[in-house]
Amino acid sequence: MARIALALGLWLALAGAAPIRLITQLSQARIEINTTFRGSEMLVFGAIQYPQGSVPDSPPDIAVVVRGPSAPVTVRQKARIAGIWVNATGVRFESVPGFYAVSATRPITQIADERTTAIYEIGIRNLQLSPASGADDGISRTFETGLIAARQKAGLFTERSDGVQITRGVLYAARIALPAAVPVGDYTAEIHLVRKGRVLASTSAPFVIDKSGFERWVYVMAQENSLAYGLAAVMAALAAGALAALVTRRRW
Amino acid sequence: MDIYLPIAEMSVNALLIILMGGAVGFLSGMFGVGGGFLTTPLLIFYGIPPAVAVASSATQITGSSVSGALAYWERGQVDLRMGAVLVAGGLVGAGLGQIVFSVLQDLGQIDVVISLIYVLFLSVIGGLMLRDALAALKAARAGQAPPARRSRHLPWVAALPWKMRFPGSGLYISPLAPLLLGAAVGILTVIMGIGGGFIMVPAMVYILGMRAQAVVGTSLFQIIFVTAATTMLHATASKSVDIVLALLLLLGGVTGAQLGVRAAQKLSPDRLRLGLAIVVLAVAGVLLIGLTLTPAEPFALFEGA
Repeated sequence: MARIALALGLWLALAGAAPIRLITQLSQARIEINTTFRGSEMLVFGAIQYPQGSVPDSPPDIAVVVRGPSAPVTVRQKARIAGIWVNATGVRFESVPGFYAVSATRPITQIADERTTAIYEIGIRNLQLSPASGADDGISRTFETGLIAARQKAGLFTERSDGVQITRGVLYAARIALPAAVPVGDYTAEIHLVRKGRVLASTSAPFVIDKSGFERWVYVMAQENSLAYGLAAVMAALAAGALAALVTRRRW
Repeated sequence: MDIYLPIAEMSVNALLIILMGGAVGFLSGMFGVGGGFLTTPLLIFYGIPPAVAVASSATQITGSSVSGALAYWERGQVDLRMGAVLVAGGLVGAGLGQIVFSVLQDLGQIDVVISLIYVLFLSVIGGLMLRDALAALKAARAGQAPPARRSRHLPWVAALPWKMRFPGSGLYISPLAPLLLGAAVGILTVIMGIGGGFIMVPAMVYILGMRAQAVVGTSLFQIIFVTAATTMLHATASKSVDIVLALLLLLGGVTGAQLGVRAAQKLSPDRLRLGLAIVVLAVAGVLLIGLTLTPAEPFALFEGA
């Protein structure tokens, strides 16, 4: 509530400046993954600043796009060889976001035409996944569908057509669910204001998802001091085994 | 209770993992096997990435073999010389296995190959055990003495050069045979995340012709070193050892093992062998169904370069 009041205050202070603008705030700048992490939620909210402060009768559309770090992904189709399902032909996609969520005021196809949503990469179907050159267009389309379906099933690609609320034509807010499987890294939340099929204003805000505390320590050790980490793992296992042997020999 | 695993990068139900470790520990205490051949497939069924499942399972086996090895050590049932040769072979095999593992990972076939090797080994060994156990049970019912075990090694083992004495095992053979055996099991340890006891023990008896008393202790001795080396290889090369996962498994495993040992004392060895054969064949069957059934997901994703 305090944040919304702050956003409203900001809007009032800045009202009167020329073209339509978006003011955005995130509920957290950093999401920490600790031992009990079971997913989280990001609240993306802010205000629409109209020229001369004249709020139109019908509010514009807002689309919120949250996107995680991109990485190359190879998609392999399973095929039956001698009765056994193996991972057969694959297509490599160069930049696949580890997380992608769209929330909007209405279904994306109703907000703007295909060309506009493709330019701004609004909507899962409009993601530019950059399939490796050389792959046939139709084939890479099939693999892209498979990739998207797998990511959607894992809750890492989501699309909600009623996820953005607009209050009194001025304030907007969207809750983006982040499942436990979200990859760590740098994220951005992009907010687009669309009116009559045209994107009139865009803004973005970064945030970070990172492991913290014990999780981070273990991960960093495993990556950077892998030899010491391996030794520690062996020692811990030996100690646990020896302890068990000790406990069973004299039953306390 | 949910716990986020730092290397597997997923949230798991800690209680379920501990129970899983406990169930495998129970069977391993009951049948005297490491149980890695059950842990790895169970973890993969649960959704742990295969590379992490294999690596962390090896770490767990190191721990779970220690208490058994200590018990045999105190009774003087570890042939150190034989163990050292097997470990040397095992380390070579582990190194080779790591190369094979990386190549398969790059090809995107690691999960298929792990399952296939499992089906192959589990059905062969389960089948052999089932045959032996049934024959022994039948003989017992007919009131005859159980068929005598062949206590001599195979002809090709006797033909190998540079023979030396292994007093603990009652053998005078070339160290090349246990070296090769150790290497073969070492490769499997890295790829399958197993201790290899269920392959090593029959091989020691049927191929090397070792004295029965020294077999299990020496096998456990060898398992500790080879799985420790495997953990190091996975930790440095694929960085897929999840220490939290391994410790959760150990927590359940050591407890389950004690219950298993107690349960085993109430059953006859032949019935135990029959039971183990059935468990091994059941795991092979489930994996085979998984390989041949039309998958729910027609595509598999592989991240990274």
